[in-house]
Amino acid sequence: MPYQEEFLLRAYRSMRTIREFEERCIAEFMGGNVPGFVHASNGQEAIAVAACIDLSDSDIIGSTHRGHGHCIAKGCDIGGMMKEIMGRSTGLCKGKGGSMHIADIDKGMLGANAIVGGGPPLVNGAALASKTLGTKNVAISFNGDGSANQGTAMEAMNMAVVLQLPHVFIYENNGYAEGTAANYGLGCDSLTDRNAGFGMPAECVDGNDFFATYEAIKVATQRARDGGGPTSIEAKCVRFDGHFIGDPQLYRGKDEVKNARKNQDCLKIFRDRVIKEGWLKAAAMNAIDKEIKAEIEQAVADGLAAPHPDPATDLMSDVYCSY
Amino acid sequence: MTNNSNNAQVTGKTSIKTYRDAINDAIREEMRRDPTVIVLGEEVSGGAGCDGEDDAYGGVFGVTKGLMPEFGRERVIDTPISEAAIIGAAAGAANNGLRPIAELMFFDFIGVSFDQIFNQAAKFRYMFGGKSKTPMVIRGTVGGGWRAGAQHSSMLHSIVTHIAGLKVVMPSNAYDAKGLMVQAIRDDDPVIFLEHKVMYDNECEVPDEQYAIPFGEAAFPRQGKDVTIVAISNMVTHAIAAADLLAQEGISCDVIDPRTVSPMDDEAILESVEVTGRLVVVDEGNPRCGLASDIAGIVAEKGFHSLRAPIRTVTAPHTPVPFAPELEDAYLPNVDKVLAAVREVLGA
Repeated sequence: MPYQEEFLLRAYRSMRTIREFEERCIAEFMGGNVPGFVHASNGQEAIAVAACIDLSDSDIIGSTHRGHGHCIAKGCDIGGMMKEIMGRSTGLCKGKGGSMHIADIDKGMLGANAIVGGGPPLVNGAALASKTLGTKNVAISFNGDGSANQGTAMEAMNMAVVLQLPHVFIYENNGYAEGTAANYGLGCDSLTDRNAGFGMPAECVDGNDFFATYEAIKVATQRARDGGGPTSIEAKCVRFDGHFIGDPQLYRGKDEVKNARKNQDCLKIFRDRVIKEGWLKAAAMNAIDKEIKAEIEQAVADGLAAPHPDPATDLMSDVYCSY
Repeated sequence: MTNNSNNAQVTGKTSIKTYRDAINDAIREEMRRDPTVIVLGEEVSGGAGCDGEDDAYGGVFGVTKGLMPEFGRERVIDTPISEAAIIGAAAGAANNGLRPIAELMFFDFIGVSFDQIFNQAAKFRYMFGGKSKTPMVIRGTVGGGWRAGAQHSSMLHSIVTHIAGLKVVMPSNAYDAKGLMVQAIRDDDPVIFLEHKVMYDNECEVPDEQYAIPFGEAAFPRQGKDVTIVAISNMVTHAIAAADLLAQEGISCDVIDPRTVSPMDDEAILESVEVTGRLVVVDEGNPRCGLASDIAGIVAEKGFHSLRAPIRTVTAPHTPVPFAPELEDAYLPNVDKVLAAVREVLGA
């Protein structure tokens, strides 16, 4: 067996947690318990977990507006996340950030980012710190096919090559930049070829296949840790819901989502593979499903019971370290 | 909501229109009139390259809905998510015969494109000795109230108002939004047109015909003699509500909506303060180096001898916009805060 059972169970648990968390977030948003905007990552779980499963807390990731999955994969507390997304004072960011700005520096989660392309230059900085301080930490930026077209992403890739930074650029290509097709917004035929043009190894993988994605990222991460510089990994994947929850998705083809959920569900593909190979038993995964359901149920209950911020004390705090 | 603008010279047929539709009308009619007017931005139509419906968004708030079906993708251009390239293209096109209307979906995204705005578009004419013109409009949504958090809720109007070469327009109602958008498109300078996202569904009577409201002319939604309240954008709504409540107590407020903050109708404000001797400025922006302190500074400098009480400003606190509803509500100026400031300058 090429993978330890413990590793496979951990991967499955993390992916299932993201799925359950996102589906519950959608329900809670629709039920009026989540203010603002929520961009769900269900359907894209395999990439987040493949990228983060081997990382330590001192490795850094930078995320996007669709960042819940990256948080969970990096080990952020789901109770703290749910409270944050509900805007409670005991949330990961004391209710000041919300879904689009969720972060947990202690876990090496540099933050979701509501500015498309806002992340990669910052993640270069984390990589530069690692290189300068000699910590051997790796930095991973999650990007979308949309942010691929931001100058910030392109500048960051070039600089990462120039400075040989330990930065793995992951492009989650879910086919849509908000409500515009990736194959419209990307002027080139292949994002991977374009990124290779910056002078770094670039690979395209099936992001619905956890194992293919994991193997590619593992090589890239090791290269970065060994001083070999940045890599681009484009992972093709499917966004199961709208750009934001409530998006009517008029731009999507008939039955497109239905077919994707049926045929391109990374969780189903994982389960089928590990059962077929005899690596895991269905019962073990079903037991995990049950546990996670209960955990998320608890996170929601705790979130709804959590205190709201108090404007008298919380509005003006945390702007500066001292002022 | 009634028409707050007493400068309205409504002739001919009118309809009740939302702020959103009034802006759409202005752009549509200008595009019909002038083939050099184009619209570009992220999902200004929506669905480009997708298998589903065309014109799926019409801008994320639906302001440009229906333009692409009428004018085609040649003139209503969905761009990649590339704000610097969007603004740069608009500025370059404006110097070469087009009148582009570029959209920054959320004005917070100026950060990504800022060099193209303040170092390029704003300075062309001056640097080139008056030999160029840059007739472009940058539309953006500003303001809090949507629980959208720190990176989608900023005002930032003070930052662009600071920059010479830009004009900054902040309509507070549908009537003004239409007339000011027409003027913005016809104007030969770069115009920043800021739409407050909580006002899109606000309605008032709007003429069907095209009309341009000149920049630098304030509106006077309420007239009075006791206190001057200067408010912009969505804060005009709060100022009017406060004025109407105070009127019941016999306090009469002169509410001034500058409508454009660069150029700004300083004279209207100074003339009002000459009568009232008291000034409250209401601005949703942050307090430091902000529009409220700018207006207070103008009055302190040029109208000092009219003042009978210290000026009061009502602004957001010096923090980013928080996410949690309780915090965002506390952050935003509201009617109660305006009332308190008015009572304070009256010594009541």
